[in-house]
Amino acid sequence: MSTQFTLKDHHREYRLVNDRLIFAGLFALLLFIIVMVRLAVLQIIEFEHFNSLSTKNRVDIVPLSPQRGLIYDRNGIILAENIPVFSLELTPENMGDVASTLDELALLFDMSDEKMADIKKQIKRQRAFREITFRQRLTEKEVALFSVNRHKFPGVEVKGRLVRHYPQGALFAHTIGYTGRINERDQKRIDAKNYKGTHNIGKTGIERYYEDLLHGTVGYQQVETNVQGRVVRELHNTPPVSGKDLFLNLDVNLQRKADELLGDYNGAIVALDPRSGEVLSMVSKPNFDPNPFVLGISTKEYALLRDSYDRPLFDRSLRGHYPPGSTLKPFVALGGLELGVVTEHTESFCPGWFTLPGQDHRYRCWKTHGHGPVDLKKAIAQSCDVYFYDLANTLGIDRLHNFLDLFDFGHRTGIDIPSESKGLSPSREWKRERRNQVWFPGETVISGIGQGFNQTTPIQLAHATAILAMRGVNITPQVARASRDSGQSELVLLNKNTADALPMENSEHWEIIIDSMIEVVHGKRGTARHIGKNLPFQIAGKTGTAQVFGIKQDEKYDAATLAKRLHDHALFIAFAPADKPEIVIAVIVENGGGGSKTAAPMARKMIDQYFGFTEDE
Amino acid sequence: MNKLHDFKHPERWSLTQALSRIHIDAVLLFGLVSLLAVGLMILYSAGDQSSALMIKQLVRMGMALFVMLIIAQIHPDRMRDAAYWMYLIGLALLIAVLLFGHEGKGAQRWLDLGFFRFQPSELMKLAVPLLVASYLAERPLAPTAGRLIIGMIMIMLPSLLIAKQPDLGTALLIASSGLIVIFLSGISWRIIISFLLASASALPVLWYVMHDYQKQRVLTFLNPESDPLGSGYHIIQSKIAIGSGGLFGRGWLEGTQSHLAFLPERSTDFIFAVIAEEFGLVGVGILLFSYLLIAARGLYIANQAQTSFARLLAGSISMTFLVYVFVNVGMVTGLLPVVGVPLPLVSYGGTSMVTLLAGFGILMSIHTHRRMMTP
Repeated sequence: MSTQFTLKDHHREYRLVNDRLIFAGLFALLLFIIVMVRLAVLQIIEFEHFNSLSTKNRVDIVPLSPQRGLIYDRNGIILAENIPVFSLELTPENMGDVASTLDELALLFDMSDEKMADIKKQIKRQRAFREITFRQRLTEKEVALFSVNRHKFPGVEVKGRLVRHYPQGALFAHTIGYTGRINERDQKRIDAKNYKGTHNIGKTGIERYYEDLLHGTVGYQQVETNVQGRVVRELHNTPPVSGKDLFLNLDVNLQRKADELLGDYNGAIVALDPRSGEVLSMVSKPNFDPNPFVLGISTKEYALLRDSYDRPLFDRSLRGHYPPGSTLKPFVALGGLELGVVTEHTESFCPGWFTLPGQDHRYRCWKTHGHGPVDLKKAIAQSCDVYFYDLANTLGIDRLHNFLDLFDFGHRTGIDIPSESKGLSPSREWKRERRNQVWFPGETVISGIGQGFNQTTPIQLAHATAILAMRGVNITPQVARASRDSGQSELVLLNKNTADALPMENSEHWEIIIDSMIEVVHGKRGTARHIGKNLPFQIAGKTGTAQVFGIKQDEKYDAATLAKRLHDHALFIAFAPADKPEIVIAVIVENGGGGSKTAAPMARKMIDQYFGFTEDE
Repeated sequence: MNKLHDFKHPERWSLTQALSRIHIDAVLLFGLVSLLAVGLMILYSAGDQSSALMIKQLVRMGMALFVMLIIAQIHPDRMRDAAYWMYLIGLALLIAVLLFGHEGKGAQRWLDLGFFRFQPSELMKLAVPLLVASYLAERPLAPTAGRLIIGMIMIMLPSLLIAKQPDLGTALLIASSGLIVIFLSGISWRIIISFLLASASALPVLWYVMHDYQKQRVLTFLNPESDPLGSGYHIIQSKIAIGSGGLFGRGWLEGTQSHLAFLPERSTDFIFAVIAEEFGLVGVGILLFSYLLIAARGLYIANQAQTSFARLLAGSISMTFLVYVFVNVGMVTGLLPVVGVPLPLVSYGGTSMVTLLAGFGILMSIHTHRRMMTP
C-alpha cells in the first residue's frame, strides 16, 4: 500500500487535474453567461425604467419663495412690510485659509470663543460648498465694517433676506398679528408644496386670517444637481408670484389715539363704522412688539411676555371676557319694548333695591337711596338697576336670552381675525348642559344688568352697538377692505357679509332706545353727561361698570381700600351722530372704576379724533 | 533550454521569445496591460478627471508590474519551498493585526509598520493557494481524507482570522482560492457535493455570527428598496447607472450618474457601474470577455504546467482572478450582496493590484520556467 503513496502516476494526475481545469473553465463560461444575461436585463429590457430614474436623479427642483404681500391702513400707510436683514455667510470651500480667516473675522466682530468653536464645528460637519451663518441680524454699522474689510475675506459674504417688519411696532400687535417660523402645527394647515422655501407663516391676526392672500405662489427653479445637492446648472425657472397686498379699514391715527387713551390701563377699545362694518380701530392693552417674533423671539423674552400678570399677548378686544354690566341695558330695554312687556312710559319704583316675591335677598341698585319712580328713558339715562331687575324678571331668562341672540351676544361676530371668543349669553339650556344645574330666578334678575354669567368681548359689544345704531342691520365687522395684486394698482374689494335687518314689530322702538342713550350723554342727569358738550351732533351712549367680584349683602363698595386689581371694570358704548351714525365705539377699561368716569371720556376723544375736532375741553 | 529555441528559429527574432527569455508571458502581459490601460481610462472618468488620482494609480501600476516581473524570475520550486514560511509569517501578522491593528472604515485590516501600512490579508491571498497546492502535490493526487482535512484547516485558519477583522469579502476570496486548489486536486464529486450541501445548511448558523453591518448588507441585498437612502442606496444607484447605460452607453465622460456623484464609491468598488453607464452592454461585454480571455490564458498555463504543484497553483490563481471579477460584478449588478471587493486591475487602489499582478507573476514564472522537452 505504501508504494501507492510514494509513487506518482504523472499521467493519471495530469488527466485528473486537466479534467478539473476544463470543468473550471466551463464554470467560468457559465458565470460569464449569467452575468451577461443579468446585464442584458438591466441594460436592454429595463433600460427605459432606469433611464427615466437616471433623469429624475439629476433634476432637482429648488423652490423660490414668493414675496409676502404688504399691509396698509385705510389711508395707505404701511403697517407690515418686508425689509432685508443681513447675515454674514461663510462658504468654506472659497475661503482659502479657513482658520486664519475665521480668526480675523472673530476679531472684527468681537465674537466669543464659544461661538467660534461652534462655527468651527459646523464647518467640519458640513460639506465645504454649503453656506454657514457666521452672524445673524447684522447692524448697518457691522455691514459697513465688513464691506470696508471685505477684500480680506474671500468666501465670506453679507447676504440679505427679506423678513417681515411692522413699522408701527406694538400698535397693531393684536390686529395684524405677526408671522413666525412654520412649525409642526402650521404644517397641517398649509399646502406643503406651496410653502417649500417659505420660512414664515402668519401666526396670528390678519397675518394669519389672510395667509392665503398674503403668501403668494411659490416659484420653481429646475436645476441639475449632484448627489450632495450642489447645483450644476439651471434648466428651467418659474418665477414665484408675490402675495397680494392688503388694505385694511383700520386707521393708524385712530388706532394710535385709542392706544394713547388707554395708556397704562389694561383694556380694549373697538371702533367700527356701523354702516359698513369696517373696523376703524381695535386696540388691546397692554400690547407687545411683534417684530421679535418674526426672526424667532428668545425664550427669555417670550417667557417675560407669557408670564406677565397683565398678559400682553392676550388679545382682549376679541378674546377678553367681560361682564357687559349696564351696557347691556339698552338691549334688555329694547327686548322689553319689542316683546310688549313694557312701554316707553311703564314705570317701576326704585327704592334702592329689588327683591323677588317671597324672598328677602336684596338686589341692590348702584344708587343706594334709589331713583324713585323710573320709566325707561330715566332707567337708561341714569342706569337704574332696579328697573332692569324688574324688567328681566318679567321677561324671564328664555325670552331675554333669545332676544339678546339677535344682537349676537354669545356668538362670534365673524370678524376676519382668527380665534375670536364667543362670549357667553346664559340660558337655562346652557346652565343645564355646562353646569348640570337648574336656572334660578335670581340669576335672571342679575342678567338684566349684564352681571352674573354674562360675558361679552369688546368686539361683540361694539358689534351689538352697531346693530343698534343701524336700527337692526347686522353687518359683520371687517378689518381688511381690499386686496391688490402685486405690481398692480387696481384694488379688489373683499367680500363682506351683510345680514338682513332684524325683524322688529315696531321701528319706533329703536328710536326710543336711542333717545334714551342720547339722554345718557346729553340729559341733565345722564351718567355720561360730562362728555356731551361742544358737539355739532348728538352722541348716543351707555355707561357700564362691571363688578370684578361680588359685594356681600350690607357691605359697601369702598374703592379706596381695594387693591387696584379688584377695582370694577369701566365700560362704555357709544355711536355718533346719533341720528346718522358713522362711528361706533366700545371701551372697556379693566379696573378703571366707573364707566362714566374712565371709559366715557375715552369714547368722546375717539369721536373727536374721528371727526377731526380739536381737543379743547 | 532557450538555446533550443534559438537553434530552431535562428533567422527570426520574436518578441514573444525575447520576453519569454526574461520570464515574461507575452499573451498575459498584453492582456493585463490592455486591461490596465482601459482601467486608467475609466478611472479618469470616474475620478472626475483628476490627474492627481491618475498619477497615483499609474505609480501603483508601475510598482505592481515591477513586482510581477520580479516574481516571474523566481522558479516555481523556490516558491514551493517558501510557501510554508510565507504562510506562517502571514498567520502571525494576521494575529498581530487583530491585537494591534489599525482601524479603517470600521475594520481592523492594517498593520502600521511605521513607514508604510500593510494588509497581511494580501499576503495570505497568495500564501494560501501556494501552501495548499504545495502540500497536496507532495503526495499523489487525489488527496486522502486526512490530507484533505489538514488542507481544509490550512484554508480555514487565515480565513476565519480575516473574517474576524471583519473583512468578509477577502476572507471568502482567500477561502475560495484554497478550495479551488482542493477542487482541482481531484477529490471525488461525492465529497464536493456533500461539502456544498453542508455549507448550504450552515448558512443559518453563519447569520448568528455575522456583524450587524454584514447582516444589514444581506438584508439590503434581498430588498434594496427597503432602505433607499441608507444601505440600499449603493445598489439602487448602481443599478440605475448600469441600466441607463443601455446597449452602447452614454459615452466616455458622459455618465451622469457618476459625474453628478449619485454613484457612491465610483472609482473603487463600483467602478463597473461607471463602465456600464458610459460604454453600455457592448462595452462591459468586451471588458468581461477580456477578463475571461486572461483567465483562459491562465488555465492554459495550468494545463501546460509540468508539475502538479504548478498546475494546481496556476489553476487556482486564474480561477480566483475570475471569482474576483464575478463577485464584484455580481455585487454591482445586484446579484450578490455588497461585500466590498474591487474590480481587479480597474478599481482605484493599491494593495490588491500588487497582489493580483504578483499572482500573474507566478503564472508567468510557471510558464517560462518549464523544462523544454524534445518535440
